[in-house]
Amino acid sequence: MSNVIELEGVSKQYKGVAALRDLNLHVPRGEVLGLLGHNGAGKTTTIKIILGIIEQSAGRVDVLGHSPSGRDSRALRMQWGYLPESVSFYEQLSGREVLDYFARLKRVNAQQRDALLERVGLAAAADRKVKTYSKGMRQRLGLAQALLGQPKLLLLDEPTVGLDPVAVRDFFATLDELRSKGTTIILSSHVLPGIEQHIDRVAILREGKLSAVGTLDELRRETGMPLQIRARGDWAAGAWESRFSENGIQGYQVNGHQIRVESPADQKLAVMRLLLDDSNTHDLDIQQASLETLYLHYMGTAGRIQNDA
Amino acid sequence: MHEILTVARKEFRDGLRNRWVLAITVLFALFALGLAYFGAAVSGQVGFTSLDTTIVSLASLAIFVIPLIALLLAYDSLVGEAEMGTLMLLLSYPLSRFQLLTGKFMGHAMVMAFSSVLGFGLAALTIGVLTGEADSLALWKAFGLFILSAVLLGWVFVSLAYLVSALSSEKSRAAGLALIVWFMFVLVFDLALLGVLVATEGGVNETFFPYLLMLNPADVFRMINLAGFEAAEVYTGMAAFTSGQLSNIPLLIVVLLLWSVAPLALASWVFNRRLS
Repeated sequence: MSNVIELEGVSKQYKGVAALRDLNLHVPRGEVLGLLGHNGAGKTTTIKIILGIIEQSAGRVDVLGHSPSGRDSRALRMQWGYLPESVSFYEQLSGREVLDYFARLKRVNAQQRDALLERVGLAAAADRKVKTYSKGMRQRLGLAQALLGQPKLLLLDEPTVGLDPVAVRDFFATLDELRSKGTTIILSSHVLPGIEQHIDRVAILREGKLSAVGTLDELRRETGMPLQIRARGDWAAGAWESRFSENGIQGYQVNGHQIRVESPADQKLAVMRLLLDDSNTHDLDIQQASLETLYLHYMGTAGRIQNDA
Repeated sequence: MHEILTVARKEFRDGLRNRWVLAITVLFALFALGLAYFGAAVSGQVGFTSLDTTIVSLASLAIFVIPLIALLLAYDSLVGEAEMGTLMLLLSYPLSRFQLLTGKFMGHAMVMAFSSVLGFGLAALTIGVLTGEADSLALWKAFGLFILSAVLLGWVFVSLAYLVSALSSEKSRAAGLALIVWFMFVLVFDLALLGVLVATEGGVNETFFPYLLMLNPADVFRMINLAGFEAAEVYTGMAAFTSGQLSNIPLLIVVLLLWSVAPLALASWVFNRRLS
């Protein structure tokens, strides 16, 4: 079995309100999946269903080869780690005591517990009460808790909300390390900038429905979002207009020094060859559609953003 | 069992850490000593009064205080963790909802038991030493029964607090509901019962009446501690009922035990249905 998570036709109703509608999602072993969506899109509901905290109204859920709400879910629960959104731990206990509590429940020994405190950089503050911790420290404690027992599957709900840039960088460094060890990770977020290079695929939820899933390149292809190529150089004004139209390329010569081309992905090399062959070209700059642009496109506001640009 | 004990241990440690245990222990000890010393003040004397009087007045006070403390201690047990976000997290761990609930209850039950035994026990010891009766069997028997019933009364209301917590979606609502529960059992029930007796002009017969009292754990606690004390007749005028079923102490203790399990079982049922 190569899929760690299989959701097929999963729906969830809360008192008649549909929180999830016919969700199909497969997550293969070792993948880092970004689960994106607006507030109330169903991200947390999806995570809760995967963790067996709530049961789906319809459909099939399979996690690490078992049903998470089934009788044998105990063994399953030993194999995953979860970091809930904005969790605040027991204020009166020290960081070590909090982690000790969760470690005992997961039957993890004291050695690994202390190693984790070290790893998330809380060793020095381990015996201070949690109420003296900063937001970043609490989040790191939460991450340490999720990493107890070296989980095969990690679910992180909005892990970077409220963190300062250094803490965010540290968080992603840990994430990349886990990724290189083959941990399957689901990262739910509505904060987009910076997560592109840390995820393999994206799933975008909108009003309880999956509106897109795939790698960034797949989504770019699917949306047909063009590349932006900019060139600088010294040309005679209007010299490129005819060369572009001869080759069927949509390009504009802004003035004698600047060219802007919006190219479909499959024309990228042709356009670049053309520009590079010209000895008057000094500089090239390529921009792909960012995750944010793609996300907004699927959210149905892409038109407005493009007009603004 | 490992899971239940882990949760219980953490809950008790929380109780120690946020000073609940200390506060309750000191409060109980001071109440007991104060009542023992000043209990006779109304009759114009100061000094340690008779054991009967001490226990009877202590029981009358405990009936108000212990339920209130137990409810305050545990009313936010589930709803508080839900608001912190740790409830979601715990539910993703390898432990069942039943284990979580039972473990938390055991932790709080330990807080009540530990504080009651230590607080009232210290008071009893002090009284014993100061009156030179530390080795008197009567003293320890009376206090022993009082402490046992006080612990059970605490458990009953911790159990009720769990039901309140399982039923509430917000901490503030849980607090309000807890106060209503306290009010109902400690004040309203007896008044209502009295009202029924008066209105029916004694139509509720004497064999039925004891069972009505058993519907209120606070009354069961009262009966355990008043039964067999002459002072009780003077203080409460309930002499008519300190006979038959109501002086059967083992039975009354079993009733309190049932009362400390039933609301918890109901809370467990409610808790299992919620969040799904």
